[in-house]
Amino acid sequence: MADPVFFELLHAQIVKYVEERQTKDTDLSSLDTIGFTCGYKIIERLTRDWPKFKDELEIVKFICTDFWMAVYGKQIDNLRTNNQGLYVLQDNMFRCLNKIAIGKEHLQVAPLYYTFTCGLVRGSLANLGVHCVVNAEVQNMPSVKFHIQVNRL
Amino acid sequence: MAVCVAVIGKDNAPKYVSCLNPNMELDFHYKVHNALDVVEEKMSANGKASGDIRELYLGLLNSTDDHKIFGYVTNTKIKFVIVTESANTSLRDNEVRMMFRRLHSVYADVVCNPFYNPSEPISSKAFNETVRNMMAGNL
Repeated sequence: MADPVFFELLHAQIVKYVEERQTKDTDLSSLDTIGFTCGYKIIERLTRDWPKFKDELEIVKFICTDFWMAVYGKQIDNLRTNNQGLYVLQDNMFRCLNKIAIGKEHLQVAPLYYTFTCGLVRGSLANLGVHCVVNAEVQNMPSVKFHIQVNRL
Repeated sequence: MAVCVAVIGKDNAPKYVSCLNPNMELDFHYKVHNALDVVEEKMSANGKASGDIRELYLGLLNSTDDHKIFGYVTNTKIKFVIVTESANTSLRDNEVRMMFRRLHSVYADVVCNPFYNPSEPISSKAFNETVRNMMAGNL
C-alpha cells in the first residue's frame, strides 16, 4: 500500500487547482465529479472477492468499515440511520482536514476538502446500485458528518 | 476451452461478446440472452434458497445438447457468462471458477482505466487478449 501522504498531497493540489480555476464562488462540481469517477472505479477492485451484499444497510456498513479503512486508514467513528434512506457517517479525525485546524478555526475552507470525499462515496454507492445524494457538514474541525440521502422510489 | 465469453452490464446490455467461431456469433448472442433470465432468477431467489446467498459464482445456468452455460455476478451487478461445449467433459467446476476469477480481475483493470466510460462497450486490447487466451485453453 502506498504511503498515505501521497494522497494527502495530491488531494491538496487538486483542491488548489480547482479553486484557482473556478469562475463562480461556490462551484465545486468538478471536485465532486472527480470523486465520483474515482469511487466508481475503486469499488470494482475493492469488492472483487467480497461475498454478495444482502441489503442497503450492509452496503453502507461496508463503506464505513472496509472502504474507509482502505482509503483513509481508519473506520468511520459513528453511523446513524433513520431507516428511511438517510444515513449519517461521522469521522472525528478526517484526514484531509486534521492538518488544517482543530476546533472552530478556518471552517469556511472545509467544504473544499470534503467535496472530493462526498463524490467518492456517491460514486462507490452508485456502482453498487444505491443511488443517492451525499452532503457533509463540519461543526468542529476535523470532525466531519457525511449525510447520505438514498433515492428510494 | 470456452467457446464464447460475454460481459453484460448493469442494465442487461451487452458490454463485450467474444466467440471462437465468428459464424456462430448470433447463435451465442441468443443463448447468452436466454441465460440472463436464469441469472435474474438465481439472484432474486436467493432470499428463499438456503445457503450460497453470498456466492458470486452462480454455477451451471443452462445446458443444451451441444453447449453448457455458466454464470457469475459481481457485487456491482455486472454479469459474466461463459459458454463451453458439452462434449468437453474434462472441464471441472474449479477450472470454471478460476476462469471467472481471472475475468473479474481483467474486468477490474479495464474499469480502472481513467479513459474508460462506464456506459460504453469494452474495447481494451489487454482484455481481448486475456479472453482469447482463455478460450484457447491456456492459463
